[in-house]
Amino acid sequence: MTPYLTVLVAIITREALRFVHQRERFIAALVRPLVWLLVFAAGFRAALGLSIIAPYKTYITYETYIVPGLCGMIMLFNGMQSSLSLVYDREMGSMKLLLTSPLPRWWLLICKLLGATAISILQVYAFLIIAALFGIKMPVAGYVTVFPALIVAGVMLGALGLLLSSFIKQLENFAGVMNFVIFPMFFMSSALYPLWKMAESSELLYTICAINPFTHAIELIRFALYLEFNGMALVWTVLAGVVFTVAALWGYNPARSGIRRKG
Amino acid sequence: MIRSLLLSTCLAAPAYAGEIWVTNEKDDTVSVISTETLEVIATYPTGERPRGITFSKDFSVVYICASDSDAVQVMDPNTGEILHDLPSGEDPEQFVLHPNDRHLYIANEDDAITTVVDTETRAVIAQIDVGVEPEGMAVSPDGKIAITTSETTNMAHWIDTETQELFANTLVDSRPRHAEFVKDGEQMWVSSEIGGSITVFNTADQTELGKIRFEVPGVHQDRVQPVGFEFTDGDTHAFVALGPSNHVAVVNADTLEVEDYILVGRRVWHMAFNADKTQLFTTNGVSGDVTVIDVASREPLQSINVGRFPWGAAFRP
Repeated sequence: MTPYLTVLVAIITREALRFVHQRERFIAALVRPLVWLLVFAAGFRAALGLSIIAPYKTYITYETYIVPGLCGMIMLFNGMQSSLSLVYDREMGSMKLLLTSPLPRWWLLICKLLGATAISILQVYAFLIIAALFGIKMPVAGYVTVFPALIVAGVMLGALGLLLSSFIKQLENFAGVMNFVIFPMFFMSSALYPLWKMAESSELLYTICAINPFTHAIELIRFALYLEFNGMALVWTVLAGVVFTVAALWGYNPARSGIRRKG
Repeated sequence: MIRSLLLSTCLAAPAYAGEIWVTNEKDDTVSVISTETLEVIATYPTGERPRGITFSKDFSVVYICASDSDAVQVMDPNTGEILHDLPSGEDPEQFVLHPNDRHLYIANEDDAITTVVDTETRAVIAQIDVGVEPEGMAVSPDGKIAITTSETTNMAHWIDTETQELFANTLVDSRPRHAEFVKDGEQMWVSSEIGGSITVFNTADQTELGKIRFEVPGVHQDRVQPVGFEFTDGDTHAFVALGPSNHVAVVNADTLEVEDYILVGRRVWHMAFNADKTQLFTTNGVSGDVTVIDVASREPLQSINVGRFPWGAAFRP
């Protein structure tokens, strides 16, 4: 095994172990979207009538509509959670240990990103299984075709978390991320309502939603779940992923990193 | 999961060729849907406000109730040409073709009569007084009994087709709109739109065998309005259109219990099966489309845009 691969396996294993050992985190990660699916969606079912939009071929319930958005929500929260753990690692000093590895820092961060994505995908599949048990099902093949879409979306959102963590120096500051990143990204997207509904009330909001990379990540997942390909969503998600990754690597550059200054 | 698997299997299986003909109330047209491609392949103009639609036994002609034109139109389904009108009486809404392939029993909503027309001689052979606002029409498989339901009188009227006279009247719930014989004519079902029920009768003595009621989760009871219904192969299950609740109910025809509700378009009126009864096509009045349901999995597959206010549906191979 090459040293690069060894590091990749080690970091992903560490992420997986941390996730498995934190049973509460696993449950919390599932409870959040399930509350939206089984409580919020039930309450809004009658209020939010939906017309047929791609990739759907007939009328769907609101519960069915929000499933891809909630998959995105899981990945968004997990991306942030992962960056939170980086801030924690930095405060506790375990990051210093990690960075003593002779391998380049960018590779360590990419491994961290892939580890977080793998955990996200596991959570999404657990959520999709529970949703199916409640009768909210997708086409069978959709559970397979969504896999690559989840990787792309997971990496993009993980990279965003990585980027944020490079700028957050203390754990306490992380609460701000909730208000200024997660909520706006989630609510100004197609997760809970189709964008044409947003356009009816505000053209400005519609434009913001339409350029929100989270919207495109959700649409990529939505189309993939129904065995369809959304090229525009893929381009936007990949583009955002590349920008966030490059910016995060720059943020962790020792030349400007707070880690070095602290160390 | 199993349902979805079945769904994908059914999608992959070759379907029997055929057409679903749908009347569009507001457009004064019929839309023809291919059961293979699930696309509209033709649209033909009709008289005003077309509603009931049925084919002759050999599918050589299609009969269309043009309600506001006060006519039953006879169309050549191969060309879409109106061949001639039949004397239907005023405001024909629904009709049924007798198994003899000749006599058409037509409900004349405004006149409170049922008109019997000979499609060959194009002559009215009988007019039978029934209750106020007749609508639902059915005829038993042996052709001996015809049924008219009257929306305002809330009755099913039993007509002896030999004498063309009423021999029984049975009360049902408010606004009965559709009737069907089932199980080789042993039972007769009537749907009541406002009453929100289906009443099941024993044909032999016209006694009530049971009543089916519907409760769609999350939908106000006032919006649950059963209208058209059709039976699967072997009459094991009935699919019932529930009007503005935008759902179709699946009823076990033996236990009379509702097993499932399927989401379709807005204000579902009537429906028709494809050739092998693997797919069901429902007309959704307000949303102007037809939803295709996979019968085995009870999943809606697709909705197809047709004209404005689609109402009646009939199958042609």
